[in-house]
Amino acid sequence: MSDLPGALQNNPILSTWIRFEDARSLHNQLTRDQVQDPKVIVRTGKVELGQGISTAIAMIAAEELDVDISQIVVQTGRTDLGPNEFITAGSMSIEGSGAAVRAAAAEVRGLLLARAAARFERDVDTLKVSKGVITSTVGNEAISYWELLAGKQLDVAAVGGFAPRPPAAHRLVGRSATRLDLPAKITGRPAFIQDLRPENLYHARIVRPPVLTSRLAHLDRKEIESLPGVHRVVIDGTFIGIVAATETAAISAKRRADLTVIWTEPEQQPDADMTDQARVSLLVENGLPTDDPIPDLLYADVGTRVQTTYTKPFHLHGSIGPSAALAHLADGRLTIHSHTQGPSILAAALAQALALDPKTITVIHSENAGCYGHNGADDAAMDAATLAMHCPGLPIMLKWDRSDEHRWEPFSPAARLDLDATVHDGRVVCWNADIYSYSHSGRPGPMGSWSNFIAAWHRNEPIPRPPARPGRGYHSGIHRNADPYYEFAAKRITKNLLTNQAVRTSSTRSLGAFANVFAIESFMDELAHECGVTPLDFRLRHLSDPRAIAVIQAASDALNAWQPKIAARQPAGKALAFARYKNAKTYVAIGVALTVDEQTFDVCLDHAVIAADAGQIIDRDGLSNQLEGGMVQAASWTLKEAVRFDENGIPGGDWAAYPILTFPEIPTTEIILIDHPEEPCVGAGEASHGPTPAAISNAIFDAIGVRIRDIPFLPEQLRDTAIR
Amino acid sequence: MNDSHCECHVTVNDQDHILSVSQTDTLLDLLRNHLGLNSPRYGCGAEQCGACTVLVNGEPAFACTTLVCSLDAHRIETVESLGGDHPLQQAIIEYNAGQCGFCLSGIIMQSVALLRRNRDPTRDDITRALAGHLCRCGAHNRIIRAIQAAAASIRTAGAQTSV
Ligand code: FES
Ligand code: FES
Repeated sequence: MSDLPGALQNNPILSTWIRFEDARSLHNQLTRDQVQDPKVIVRTGKVELGQGISTAIAMIAAEELDVDISQIVVQTGRTDLGPNEFITAGSMSIEGSGAAVRAAAAEVRGLLLARAAARFERDVDTLKVSKGVITSTVGNEAISYWELLAGKQLDVAAVGGFAPRPPAAHRLVGRSATRLDLPAKITGRPAFIQDLRPENLYHARIVRPPVLTSRLAHLDRKEIESLPGVHRVVIDGTFIGIVAATETAAISAKRRADLTVIWTEPEQQPDADMTDQARVSLLVENGLPTDDPIPDLLYADVGTRVQTTYTKPFHLHGSIGPSAALAHLADGRLTIHSHTQGPSILAAALAQALALDPKTITVIHSENAGCYGHNGADDAAMDAATLAMHCPGLPIMLKWDRSDEHRWEPFSPAARLDLDATVHDGRVVCWNADIYSYSHSGRPGPMGSWSNFIAAWHRNEPIPRPPARPGRGYHSGIHRNADPYYEFAAKRITKNLLTNQAVRTSSTRSLGAFANVFAIESFMDELAHECGVTPLDFRLRHLSDPRAIAVIQAASDALNAWQPKIAARQPAGKALAFARYKNAKTYVAIGVALTVDEQTFDVCLDHAVIAADAGQIIDRDGLSNQLEGGMVQAASWTLKEAVRFDENGIPGGDWAAYPILTFPEIPTTEIILIDHPEEPCVGAGEASHGPTPAAISNAIFDAIGVRIRDIPFLPEQLRDTAIR
Repeated sequence: MNDSHCECHVTVNDQDHILSVSQTDTLLDLLRNHLGLNSPRYGCGAEQCGACTVLVNGEPAFACTTLVCSLDAHRIETVESLGGDHPLQQAIIEYNAGQCGFCLSGIIMQSVALLRRNRDPTRDDITRALAGHLCRCGAHNRIIRAIQAAAASIRTAGAQTSV
């Protein structure tokens, strides 16, 4: 039993994961063209976030069961059906759910083969399976999985009696698959949460103050309620929701309310100096925070000491589709469609916040645009649920608008990293890192007397927000990848959680790894130059892991081989950066070739190389898609992005105030994947973020000899630093 | 009929509609809420993301800010008109050109307009045409490859029919 993957141990009944059904019973769930009877239903508690999880899960199940991928229907994230897998985050979905589906499918196939063998009175070894039909290789017996089960399901617990296929026998896994979810998304079939259109649908909008610390002073509810099409205006404390018969009516009423509402003055923002704020400081050893006393800074008697500071600002997740939820209270049941990353956790958190019996809440996952972490999804679900509680019987589609999303999604925390190392004889003798940042964990969950929903904080009888507490897990939160993967003689690393919560922050793709790897890998480049060694050699001499060396070497070779089609007229630079995600997962080395405009100081990314080793490759194309997407997103964070607050501490509410990388600014990309079929498959959705900013900063130095240490790398910063 | 309304005649994906709508109704609201189309998407409502892009008389337009009353006798095309096996749709599937796919409707319609006026667009032509379209998933390079593949397949098909 203990050999079973964790998710399968938690949800051991095989039919929770894999079911054999007649396609006719699925007609309302099958939106795809290929309705080819019958189907294998594969359920996972993980959710599709645009990362292609449903496709990878289908490949794994088809592989183990010997059915066609077209015979598989993947159902994701429902709290009333299927396994409970808590949350889809940290790019762990393939590791956890994939292993569980693989083991479950292998066992299902083994059990069904044994049944067929008994029925045919043949030896199991003389049977084979193709497209779900079991045939005898020595006689002419044949029976399909569906016939064998005769409408029943395998309602038995997994015991791990049948080993999954060895990687060498894989026919699907490791190839590239066509994404199963894309056709609906590009043909206008219902694909996203906004496309749900139940009968008699009402539309809702939320009216929120500009920042967390403002409260409602006055709103003329009667006036808003008298506007055409408005059904109800719900005001509870600072929570304001408008329910209307049409979407235009909801939008117009929100506009009117935004114009007439009066909020209290926001409280003062925290001082910008992060080393000066209230904090909890912990020593990080081998990727884990400890309560050990924090020693003094490490020094060496001989060698050269180098000290620098790197920073990153608050960032947005910046989903292209603002958050939405559909809620309906009917017959004592509250049903919510949400693009949450954790349907079962959301259900439990809603039950707590609304004082409902958890058994009366169903959360059904429905896709929205990519979220990249904890964005507004869960809050929109709570907003919609709150309104549904006030309007029993009405299905309510609540949508945030762009400014709600820009101002109310939890931001990716700002960070400051003070690095201090001594080098001697071409090596690092000692390394100090002091990292200051805000909390990365603001997700909702059932948490007793606290809640992480805006609507719960805002109402008349609020449930308060939990105080900020430092994450204690291995490479979690602020200290993810704080510990360099290099072999240094002595390290002293501290994480310093700033406890001020005036700006709301939470998990964003790669958590602290983005800032930490930016600092470590930029600093490695600086130290290499200090030692008069090439940055490549300097990295390699501090590494012994052959897989790390292989990705760095591969990226370096590819970067050196790349030449621009037309020789650059501006200063050009090339550089590398490397990290192993969480020091235990995917290895990524990124190489960047760029030019810097001598007049404007604009940085133009010409080309990027991504070399990665994610263990066993399941879906080759999906893996490169994730890695490249991560690099592009991180390049955007690096070159352009910062939440900008006005003098009242109010962040901008649109894309003009928060520009991101656009098509003309995207580098061409080369991706090198190193397959290790004998190694476990690890997620790569967050692995390319960390090295990207450092590769860019190092390449800018290569081009113009200027060190850029503060994200975003705007032209003004380059110009000012160059002049200094 | 009062001042706050207009009457207009628009063609959406080859279907005629005679409408009486409020002066402030947007094309996005008409397409999504009155005609029940899914492909035009709301991303920003302010001409900043391109998610809502459709074709108006063959030219790309932001459905989020275009007022229906300005469209009398105009022809609207959305992704739904492409039928599903348009070379661009096929190329997007073949190249897995997207992650969440939310940005794709607008990008597809912008690219359909581009491919009608330019049979062999370069990377620069494509990135210039898509400069107003945001993709947060970083699928840009795949989208560019899919558009070029679609252009090639349209050229091949054209060459075959003209032989
Ligand atoms: S929704 Fe129209 S441009 Fe963004
Ligand atoms: S594919 Fe997600 S925004 Fe473009």
